[in-house]
Order: sequence, then structure tokens, then C-alpha cells
Amino acid sequence: MLQIHREIGAFVKQKITKNEIVFSFKQTIPVLLGYIFLGIAFGLLMSDSGYGLLLSSMCSIFIYAGSMQFVLIGLFLEKAGLITVALMTIFVNGRHIFYGLSFIDKYKKQGRRYPYLVAALTDETYSVLCNLKVVDVSKKNTLSEDNCFFLITLFNHSYWVIGTIIGSLVGALITFDTTGIDFSMTALFTVIVVNQWLEMKNHFPAICGAIIGIISLLLLGPDRFLLPALFLSACVLVMGRSFKWDME
Amino acid sequence: MSYFILMVVVASVCTILLRAFPFLLFGGKREIPDIIHYLGRVLPPAIMVILVIYCMKGISFLTSPYGLPELLSVVIVVLLHVWKRNILLSVGIGTALYMFLIQVVF
Repeated sequence: MLQIHREIGAFVKQKITKNEIVFSFKQTIPVLLGYIFLGIAFGLLMSDSGYGLLLSSMCSIFIYAGSMQFVLIGLFLEKAGLITVALMTIFVNGRHIFYGLSFIDKYKKQGRRYPYLVAALTDETYSVLCNLKVVDVSKKNTLSEDNCFFLITLFNHSYWVIGTIIGSLVGALITFDTTGIDFSMTALFTVIVVNQWLEMKNHFPAICGAIIGIISLLLLGPDRFLLPALFLSACVLVMGRSFKWDME
Repeated sequence: MSYFILMVVVASVCTILLRAFPFLLFGGKREIPDIIHYLGRVLPPAIMVILVIYCMKGISFLTSPYGLPELLSVVIVVLLHVWKRNILLSVGIGTALYMFLIQVVF
């Protein structure tokens, strides 16, 4: 009976609770900092290039990919062809094909939210979600992981859009020097590497990523090392499995 | 204006298709192959390390300041996080230190 109940429960969306909102917000605070300021930088650059609030916010709502949006400003300015836009997007955002692999089962349960969660899976959302341990402060574990996944994705997306709107409208009024604030993204990724390192007994994947990443960067250069490095890491990890390096 | 919107649509569709790629391949009713479950488990640590390298890709280690602000800040973030395990603290102090280093010191 309990089993049946659980199975039905999986398809009935639980209402989002206040605790879930608070918990999810806390998880996204490190992203908030970076996304608001990078969003402002994007909105500001767009308005400096002569593009208004409408186009800027459309970019941030519908593309929602930081580095690609900055590349796109250049493409706007030279009125690049649509094929060029498509190729540049695939080139700059290619790494995203690897992110979903960890969430296929989890996202399937999301029902109507499923397409949104897939479309909004950025680097930062990926890093927060793959590091996520849903634990209630009251220890009763009443938080739904599905709801938290959705809320975290939505919060991050809204920071990016809000930053863009601020940058587009009043970015020029910010007078203090924000140079280097984008380091918060590097810091966030570093923290997640540390967390994964401390949690996983098997350090082969992280070491593999480090060695392949650095070698690819040295051999291929900063503009084209990323995709080969990710692909090669996946290959080596698959090979490592058949050699029983997977110690779990 | 309408051409710009078309450019946004193209960039948006391409980005979403890339993000949807694994779900389109393995998200259906079919059983997910074992190897994909395995990759979903072991790939995140490799990806995160590569993303950190990606963030630092523009640093020139051969010319002044030799990547020192970045390396110093990353080391502080790692030490702080191993010590306190507080994401906000590590990211906040690391970023503040980096901003101070590149704006004032170097």
C-alpha cells in the first residue's frame, strides 16, 4: 500500500513550501553576487553599444548563457549572419551537452517544469545542483528535492535577468570599481571542486580533469581547449571504468 | 530590430538544444544505459575542475603579475573552505581578496 502511495506521490506535484524557498535561496546566494554583477555588465555593454532594455532582457531570458551573450554583442554590431550566430553558439556553449548527463533521472520527475529546467541549465546552476544536499534545518526532511531543484534554477535565472535590467537602465550610475567581481564565479567553482574532493573517496575523476584540462590548455590554447578537454575526460573515465579504476 | 530578434532566437534555440542533448538521447522511456549512469556520477568532479581551469585560461603566467592574484585567491578559497566549509564565506572573502589584489596591489 505504502509502495503504491509513493508511486502516485511521485506524479503529484508537492506544493512549494516556505522552507523550500528559504533553503533554495540560501544555496543560490554565491551565484546571486556573480550573476547580478555580470548581468549588470552585460546590460551596460549592450546599452553602450546602442541596444536597449528590450533586446538585452530578451537575451538574458531566452539565451541565458553568459559568455555567449557577450560574444553576441559583437555579432550584433557586425550584423553577422544567422549561420555564424548558430556556429558561434555551438562553439561557445558546446560544453553544456555534458551537464544533463547527471540529472536525467531527476529531471524526468519534474513534469511540466522539465523543459524549463533543461533549458536553464547553466554552468552555475549545474554546479549548485550537482553539489546539492537537501537537508532540512528541522531534520524532518520535509523538503522536496524536486521543488528545490526548480527553485534554485528559477532564482539563478532571475538574478541574471534582474542584473541585466539594472545594467541596461542605470548601469552607468554605478561608480565604484567592480573590476574583478567576476572572480566570484571562479571562487564558486573552486569551492565545489573542494566539496567534491572531500566527499568522494575516488579522486580519479578530479585528477583526470585537472591533468587533461591543463594539457589541453597548453596544447590547444585558451580559445579551443574546453570541448576537447571535456570529451577526452569522458573517454578516459569510460576507459578507467573498464580497467576497474572505479573503486566504488 | 527584427533581425536582431532573429539572432536572439537562433542563439537561444542552439543553446537550449545543446542543454537538451543528453535528455533527448536518454530522457525517453528507454532504459538509460549503465555507462551513462556511471558518467553522470564521475563526470561532475572532472567538469568542475576543468571549469576552474577555464575561468583562469586568460592568465599569462609568463608576464607580470604572473597569475599571482588568481593563484593566491584560489589558494585562499581552498584553504578557507577546507577549514570552515562555508560556501558564502569562501566565495565572499576570495572575491574581495581578488578585487583588492588586482585593483590596489598589482
